[in-house]
Amino acid sequence: MATIVEEPRKNASQQLAVPPPGQDLAEAAHTGSVAVARFRTANRTSNLAGQGQTIHVAAPSLAPLADQFLPTRMAALEIRRIIIEQSYRAHVGHIGSALSIADIIAALYGVVLRIDSCEDPNRDRFILSKGHAALALYAALHLRGWISWDELNCFCGDGSLLGVHPEFEQRGIDFTTGSLGQGLSMAVGAALAARWQLSSRRVFVLLSDAECNEGSVWEAVMLAKQQRLGNLIAVIDVNGQQALDYTNRVLDLDPLEDRWRAFGWDTHVVDGHNPDELASVMLELDTRPGPPHVVLAKTVSGKGVSFMQNQIQWHYLPLSREQRAQALWELEAIT
Amino acid sequence: MGVGGDYMRQAFVQALVDIASRDKRVVLLTGDLGFMVLEPFMKAFPGRFMNAGVAEQNMVGTATGLADSGYIPFVYSIVPFSVLRPFEFIRNGPIYHRLPVRIVGVGEGFDYGHNGFTHFGLEDVGVMRMQPGITTIVPADSEQAGNAIRATYDLPGPVYYRLSKKDHLSLPNLQGRFQLGRANQILEGKKVLVLTMGGIATEAFEACKILAADGLSPAFSVISSFNPSPADDLARLLANCSHVCTVEEHYLNGGLGGWVAEVIAEKGLPCRLVRCGVSAVPSCATGSQEFLCKEHGLDRSGITARILAALQGSN
Repeated sequence: MATIVEEPRKNASQQLAVPPPGQDLAEAAHTGSVAVARFRTANRTSNLAGQGQTIHVAAPSLAPLADQFLPTRMAALEIRRIIIEQSYRAHVGHIGSALSIADIIAALYGVVLRIDSCEDPNRDRFILSKGHAALALYAALHLRGWISWDELNCFCGDGSLLGVHPEFEQRGIDFTTGSLGQGLSMAVGAALAARWQLSSRRVFVLLSDAECNEGSVWEAVMLAKQQRLGNLIAVIDVNGQQALDYTNRVLDLDPLEDRWRAFGWDTHVVDGHNPDELASVMLELDTRPGPPHVVLAKTVSGKGVSFMQNQIQWHYLPLSREQRAQALWELEAIT
Repeated sequence: MGVGGDYMRQAFVQALVDIASRDKRVVLLTGDLGFMVLEPFMKAFPGRFMNAGVAEQNMVGTATGLADSGYIPFVYSIVPFSVLRPFEFIRNGPIYHRLPVRIVGVGEGFDYGHNGFTHFGLEDVGVMRMQPGITTIVPADSEQAGNAIRATYDLPGPVYYRLSKKDHLSLPNLQGRFQLGRANQILEGKKVLVLTMGGIATEAFEACKILAADGLSPAFSVISSFNPSPADDLARLLANCSHVCTVEEHYLNGGLGGWVAEVIAEKGLPCRLVRCGVSAVPSCATGSQEFLCKEHGLDRSGITARILAALQGSN
C-alpha cells in the first residue's frame, strides 16, 4: 500500500492557471485556503501559466502510477476525492452518478482491464456508456498516468478535452458518449471486430440502470447474444435512480437480472461498492465464444457522501463550498 | 423476381463484391432487408456478412465499433430505416468519430410507391447534407452507382449512398462518369440549366428533350455528390443562364434546390431558381412511383410546364 504523508496544505499548494470556469471562479479561488488534501509527493509545478486566472487547487493525495496501481479500495477513494474536487472547482453536477461508479472504475482500471498502452490495438476496450459520469473515468485515467494533473485541473475549462461527457480525442478514451443507449451497440461492434480479428481482447461497457429505458440497449443485447460475444462484458450501475426520480417510479426495471438472463446473457449480481469482489467476478468470466456477460453492480448513487446518497437532486446539483468541505471530510473518515 | 439488368441495387452489390475481394476491411450488415439483392455478397463472403436484424440503431452503433477496429462496414436498409431511424447514431458515431461507416439507403423519393409514406425517402439528402462530416452520394444511374462506390468506398470518413430502386436506369451521355465533388454535364444549352440528382434524372432528361423540340435548348447537368459539393462547377454552369431549374425526388427543403439557392445567394449569381420537388407532406392515397411523381409535378410534363411558366413570368 502506498505511504500517505500528511502535510499542511500550504506547503503543497499549487499555482495552477486554468481556463476560466465561469461565474464560480471567485468561489473556486477560495479552494486553496482550505486544508484538505493529503500528499504523497512533493510539489508538482504547473506549466499552464499564462492561460487564465490563477487559482489554487488541491492536489491529489496520491501520485499517478503509470506502471502499477493502487489497491483498488485506495484508488476508489482517490477517484471519489477527485470527483468532489473537480466537480466543485468546475461547478458542474453529475456528482452522484460519478460517485456511484467509483468502485467499478477502480476495479476495472486497477485490476481487470488489460491496457498497457492506450495505443496498443490489442488492448481491452472500455466504453463508459453512461457518459455523464465521466469524471470518475478521468480520475482513473489520471491515476494510470494517461491524464496529467494539469489536464485534470482543466476539467470543463475552455479548450480542454475533459468535458462533462467523454470525448474520443482524449487519450485513453475510444468513444464519445453522452447520448444514453449508444455505448452498448458500439461495444458489440468492438467485440465483433475482436472476434473477427482473432484477438483475445475483451470489451467492457458500463451502463446505468435507467439507460436500459432506451430500446436500442435491447437491440444490442439481442445481437450480442446471437453472435455469442463472450468477449463482451456489460456492467450495469444499478443505483435505482435516474435524473428526475427513482427508477421503479419511472420505468420499473425489475426484475433486471431476469430480463438480461431471459435475453440469453450470463448474469452476475455483485456488490458494486466492493471493488475486490467486482474484480474477481470479472476476472473469472469465460470470454470464449458463448453468452455475453452482464455484471449487475448494486450501487448507491452518491456513495461515500452521506448527504448525497440516494438523493435524486445530486444527479444534477453542483457542490457549494460548505458541501465540498463536508464531502471531503467524510471521505477522509473512510480511511 | 430478382434484381437484374440495370438495377442500381445490382450494380451496388457487384461493386461491393469487387472491392471486398480486394479489400478485407469491407463487411456488410443489413437490417434484415435485401432479399434477392445481397445474395452475391453473402455467397462470396459469408464470414463478412451479418444480418443485424430489424434493429437499425444498433446496426449503425455496431458498425461504428467495427469501423473503430479497422473495418469498412456497409449498412444496408431502405432509406428511412437506414438514415432517419438511426440518425442520431450516425451523427454521434461515424460522423463525429470520423469513421468509415457506409450508410446505404435504398429507395429514393417515391420508389417504394405502394408501400406508402413510411418507405419514402424524401428528406435523406437534406439531413445528410446538413452534416458537414458525411459525404453524400446520389447516383443518377446504375453504371454511375457502381463507379461511385468503387471511387469512394475507402474514403477516411463516413459516406451515405442513396440508391434508386427504379428499373433499368441508364442516363444517356453520362456513361458512368463519377468524380467526387464534381458536376456532370449531360447536355449543353443556353439560357436555362436543368439540374437534377438521382434516378429522376432520366425523367428530367426527357423534359429537356421536350423543351428542345419546342425550340428551347436547356443545358442539363447532374449532381451526384454533396460534402464535397460542386459549388464552383455550378457557378460555371450558371454563368450564362438566366434560369436554373432543379429537379429532385425529395422535399424542397434542404435538398438539391436548397443547395443551389445557397450557391446562388453566396456567389451573388444573377440567376432565377425554379425548384421542382415535393413541396408538401404526401397524402395517404397510394400509387405507383410514376403516379406519385406526377401528383407532385415530377413527371416530364410537370417539369416542362414549370420551366415554361418561369420563363414566361420573367419576360
